[in-house]
Amino acid sequence: MATALASANHVALADLKGKVDPDWCPGCGDFGVLAAVQKALVELQIPNYNVVTISGIGCSSNFPGFIGTYGMHTLHGRALAVATGVKLANHDLTVLVTGGDGDGFGIGGNHFVHSMRRNVDLLYIVMDNQIYGLTTGQTSPTSRVGMKTKSMPFGNIEAPANPISLALAAGATFVARGFSAEQKHLTELIKQGIQHKGFSFLDVFSPCVTYNHDNTYQWFRPRVKKLEDDAAYDPANWMAAMGKSLLWDEEIPIGKFFERTDVPTLHEAEPVLNAGPLAYADTQMPVEVTRAFVEELM
Amino acid sequence: MKKTFAIGIGGAAGQGVATPGDIFAKIFSRRGLHLNAYNAYQSIIRGGHTFLTIRTGPEKVTNMGDRVDLLIPLNQDAMDRHLKLLTDGAACVYNSDTIKPGVGAKGVQPCALPVSKLADITRNKVAQNTLAVGAGLSMMGIGFQALEEVLTEQFRKKGEAVVAENIAIARAGYDYATANFKPFAWPLPMTGTRYAVLSGNTAMAMGGAAAGVKFYCAYPMSPSTGVLHWMAAHARKANIMVRQVEDEIGVVNMAIGAAHAGVRSMCATSGGGFALMTEGLGLSAMMETPVVVIDCQRAGPSTGVPTKTEQGDLWQMLGAAFGDYPRAIAAPLDIGDCFKIIPEVFNIADRFQCPGIVLCDLLLSEGRLSVDPKQLDFAPVIDRGELITSARSAPNGDGAYKRYKITESGISPRAVPGVPGHTHTAASDEHDEDGVLISDEFTNPTKRRAMMEKRMRKVAGIEAAVPPPVLWGPRDADVTLIGWGSTMGVIEEACEILTEQGILASQLQIRWLVPLHGNAILDILKGSRHTIIVENNYSGQFARYLRSETSFVPDGYIRKYDGEPFMPHHIVEAVKEQLSGKTKLSVPAHEILV
Repeated sequence: MATALASANHVALADLKGKVDPDWCPGCGDFGVLAAVQKALVELQIPNYNVVTISGIGCSSNFPGFIGTYGMHTLHGRALAVATGVKLANHDLTVLVTGGDGDGFGIGGNHFVHSMRRNVDLLYIVMDNQIYGLTTGQTSPTSRVGMKTKSMPFGNIEAPANPISLALAAGATFVARGFSAEQKHLTELIKQGIQHKGFSFLDVFSPCVTYNHDNTYQWFRPRVKKLEDDAAYDPANWMAAMGKSLLWDEEIPIGKFFERTDVPTLHEAEPVLNAGPLAYADTQMPVEVTRAFVEELM
Repeated sequence: MKKTFAIGIGGAAGQGVATPGDIFAKIFSRRGLHLNAYNAYQSIIRGGHTFLTIRTGPEKVTNMGDRVDLLIPLNQDAMDRHLKLLTDGAACVYNSDTIKPGVGAKGVQPCALPVSKLADITRNKVAQNTLAVGAGLSMMGIGFQALEEVLTEQFRKKGEAVVAENIAIARAGYDYATANFKPFAWPLPMTGTRYAVLSGNTAMAMGGAAAGVKFYCAYPMSPSTGVLHWMAAHARKANIMVRQVEDEIGVVNMAIGAAHAGVRSMCATSGGGFALMTEGLGLSAMMETPVVVIDCQRAGPSTGVPTKTEQGDLWQMLGAAFGDYPRAIAAPLDIGDCFKIIPEVFNIADRFQCPGIVLCDLLLSEGRLSVDPKQLDFAPVIDRGELITSARSAPNGDGAYKRYKITESGISPRAVPGVPGHTHTAASDEHDEDGVLISDEFTNPTKRRAMMEKRMRKVAGIEAAVPPPVLWGPRDADVTLIGWGSTMGVIEEACEILTEQGILASQLQIRWLVPLHGNAILDILKGSRHTIIVENNYSGQFARYLRSETSFVPDGYIRKYDGEPFMPHHIVEAVKEQLSGKTKLSVPAHEILV
């Protein structure tokens, strides 16, 4: 048993093992993301019962079943809406949202934009493989122009979304990009994203080895450049972040694009939560309060 | 016959129909008079035609009634539309500077107010409204003091000068009427009680607060928006998190998220918004996370008639979300019931860990009713079911916890996130007892069947937890009228009128649509001489549902789908026409053009 292996107060990797092993294709980028999240939670020593991992639907959205935290495997595209409800009902919980590019930028696009402007305090990890995998290989909102898939056999004619620019424009207070093959770097970004107070968006290149033969590990490796390697880069500078977000093809930045800490989170901004999480609140209202409610009607 | 008195105020949106209505309502309810108010309006901010009916009396007033005793037209259009419908003993108070009276029926008293002579209309744009209120109250035999008190309250915030000005105008109307108009034959009585006056939306919001709702979210949609408005205005005092969300898909999923974290969570919408929520209802059922959704019906389909009432969403509720799953659907019978039904539906949803739907409609949502404040019980029975909120309350915190444990009742103890030793995944995919997905890698027919049967076993539990409907009136009645939800009051009054006229009538009003208790309904109806199903829709949605569940076919149908609610005479006349064998389907015409 996972709990038997761990000492009472120490969070060990074994605590974070799911009830079953991942059923992703061998070589899938999502393995690297799962490992990095588990490592980050151990390094931050957050007990598994205080974490809720929430996903939509898709290959990467099976993530909650593979990690030993509380989990919710919700509807396609709806993870952020569900997660907002969880966080507002109990803001003591650490909320992680996991999913893919179709789930988050396609069917869930509306919730993606609004969750960022609300600055809900959670970490949203998108395992971006630029393809629909679980439905066996169709064009996704991040597929490049010209990419041939089963749904666009003569090549994609629609421009891809730019998740980083979109997140910056929508008001995300932490915006980063990782690469699943860069484990140490990714783990560090996940730790920062969890610790950031507010909406943390982390787009992760997580190659699909079965259906995307364009954006492979080999394609990404020579292109990705860590923003952290550029000493002059200032992640507090939104304009600079926007500029970096537009780079593609020859040089693709990964790392922390942007962070600001001066915006209150949604739960901090709402005085109703000042007395603590609602999940622990008394359901019965004081008689003088309810009497006043009725008196208003008389 | 119960004694009642009805006032009709008509005008364009923006002319201030609501304020005189509020003033009358306050005065009546404080005199211990019951009242029922219904506002017929359109989706327009300025213009159009709005007609507010306030009906009052010493006994419970359950609907808008058949007649208007006092008509206050605020423009020519309102005069032209409504004067012709007044009957003997009624009066029409109007601004004779701007409105031509027209010819009323015999015995209708025209009461011309020379508005510009009685008030300075350059200073006060709504002087005609205040004058008419004063005049009307004088004719009803209500002393001026009651009006003075309400006006003082109404305008207190605007300062003493405004208060004094309005009282002076009201006084001028009051005195002019005392000197020039004939008072009504029935002076309004006074009783010792005081009533609260509230809309169904306010009642449902307050019912939610009473039920312990801690999370409410919505997207604005008529006629449900009033629930959001009450919740938002009272959130901080009631300690409720209230959010306006980007769309109804977000609404239902956010509500489910909050419920999953352990709070009682509610949302409200109308038919179009509900359509967006249906996938979420299935999620609630599959994850076994209770959520309560209110649907305030308006005339459909599509955007339909946003400001008009209908009972046209029943089959949408019945068919909401794909697959089979346990749930409860309840339709409040009146505005007082809008309050009471919310904690009841929450108890069912919590105990059986499934979605609960409250099927309301515009008539109740936006109508107003006097309610004895004692009926607004803020300490109702709260049953949260088998909920594990701390490791101490946990039956097994040793890692052996199974969220979807197969039990005889179908109910599995529900641990909320944050409790040590109970981590699990709640899944929208079919899953095993411990929440592991069985849908992706190895679908397993045996496990799938076991989980379906586990969830569906809750249906029997829900049925046992909800009382069957009962017949009101004699078993050997000449006619039994069957209705559901908001038509309770109007059918009740139609039954009284029919019985007085020598046709013994009884009523079967359905409150719980799911579970329906079909056998109990059949037991009641098999003794009935003549059965008629009354409903506010085109196709007889409830009649079709009852038939599908019980094979019962009634003798006739009364339906209305013009956007306006039934009036008692619509039902009375239709019953007579059907008993005489003329037809089996009556569709009464709404005489008032609003």
